[in-house]
Amino acid sequence: MNELSVNHLLGIKYITKSDIDLIFETADHFKEVINRPIKKVPSLRDVTIANLFFENSTRTKLSFELAEKRLSADVINFSAAQSSVKKGETLIDTVNNILSMKVDMVVMRHPNPGAGVFLSKHIKAAIVNAGDGAHEHPTQALLDSFSIRERLGEVAGKNVVIVGDILHSRVALSNIYALKLQGANVMVCGPNTLIPQHIHKLGVKVEHDLRKALNWCDVANMLRVQNERMAISYFPSTREYTQQYGVNKNLLDSLDKEIVIMHPGPINRGVEITSDVADSGQSIILDQVQNGVAVRMAVIYLLASKIKN
Amino acid sequence: MSQKVLLNASEITIILHRLACQLIENHNDFSNTVLIGLQPRGKFLANRIASILKEDYQISDLKLGHLDITFFRDDFRRTSKPLEANKTQIDFLVEDKKVVFIDDVLYTGRSINAALTAIQSFGRPKEVELLTLIDRRFSRHLPIQPNYRGRQVDAITGEKVKVNWIENENEDAVYLVKN
Repeated sequence: MNELSVNHLLGIKYITKSDIDLIFETADHFKEVINRPIKKVPSLRDVTIANLFFENSTRTKLSFELAEKRLSADVINFSAAQSSVKKGETLIDTVNNILSMKVDMVVMRHPNPGAGVFLSKHIKAAIVNAGDGAHEHPTQALLDSFSIRERLGEVAGKNVVIVGDILHSRVALSNIYALKLQGANVMVCGPNTLIPQHIHKLGVKVEHDLRKALNWCDVANMLRVQNERMAISYFPSTREYTQQYGVNKNLLDSLDKEIVIMHPGPINRGVEITSDVADSGQSIILDQVQNGVAVRMAVIYLLASKIKN
Repeated sequence: MSQKVLLNASEITIILHRLACQLIENHNDFSNTVLIGLQPRGKFLANRIASILKEDYQISDLKLGHLDITFFRDDFRRTSKPLEANKTQIDFLVEDKKVVFIDDVLYTGRSINAALTAIQSFGRPKEVELLTLIDRRFSRHLPIQPNYRGRQVDAITGEKVKVNWIENENEDAVYLVKN
């Protein structure tokens, strides 16, 4: 087994194909571990990890925390809402204060794009980006690809469409990088207002007709409409968005082939996908959540192995 | 680098049959016993012992698993080279079972120590025994000894004991390698 080429996981943009392969091979082992009667290994018993969440999160935070605990790391949690950040403390000061308590690794979610990169230049601990604004969410992209690989055998050569709010989505950007790196064909689909203007420069196809996109793809990754990031109106009404870009069972059944449905959560049931689609056999949404723990265990384990005593 | 043959193919065959017979002495029909080969190298020995027990001694109901101890090792972040994980395959619980760990070489005892921790993820064994093809004397870091040993070897720290298997290296042989 080789090492990761990086000391931090700041984004998929900074890692290589062989890093992804290594993370997946390691995650395979951890997936076996988390299905044992006792789901814990003692590898990281001398590592302390701080989860710094400057932005709300349920799934990602729980998933990281569970991954850390399954590896026997000591975990401290921080959320901005109850902290001195509200009193005007800067990011570096906040993090340095936490690090002076002898913390080895920082898992951080932050509303500002590039927060992880900025921090990595100023502090010593290993950093895992758990989402920085509308920039990247690397572990989500890794678990998405891992889930595709698990369901379809491999990622290379598969047609993947990302549907919905591409403009505000860090999941979309990280997924595009990760899928392209592994040799998949990527398409984005959504209303013109929610597709970034120069996105084709990343080597992705752009389609505005959902039916055409679904007929082309093997996998559809349905994104949530991020109302909280929309200061202006990007489409006339939720009802109209659902009519044009929502997937329901009738649409799915009328396609030429059986496609795989993914969703990074949280789902707006009845908006981007209907309940019967989310709960159907074609959906791997809950597999994604389970794989999230295994993939995050792999990322943390591999980064921790680069922290020398 | 020079190497000396410690065991050749026919000696290994004799030893494997002896070890199999010793196991039968203590475990009868193996109804309450499981064999666990330790990854990566112990699985070859475990597979061989299991096939001898099945084919030559008609033990039909034999439970065999492979245990990877990578995530349980005590030298994580202390070695220069990264630790490489292998597949764990144990499709049964070891609760109240007699467990026999099988590994090719017993050296410091640290792998066995890790295995003792790792096996607890699959239940609480009734008892645990250790079978090893080569027992390197004078090199133990922990108070761990084998219950079944193929051959005891005196080797100094700079030397390495290398076990080759026909499945993997196209020959059955044990070498003492000097740098």
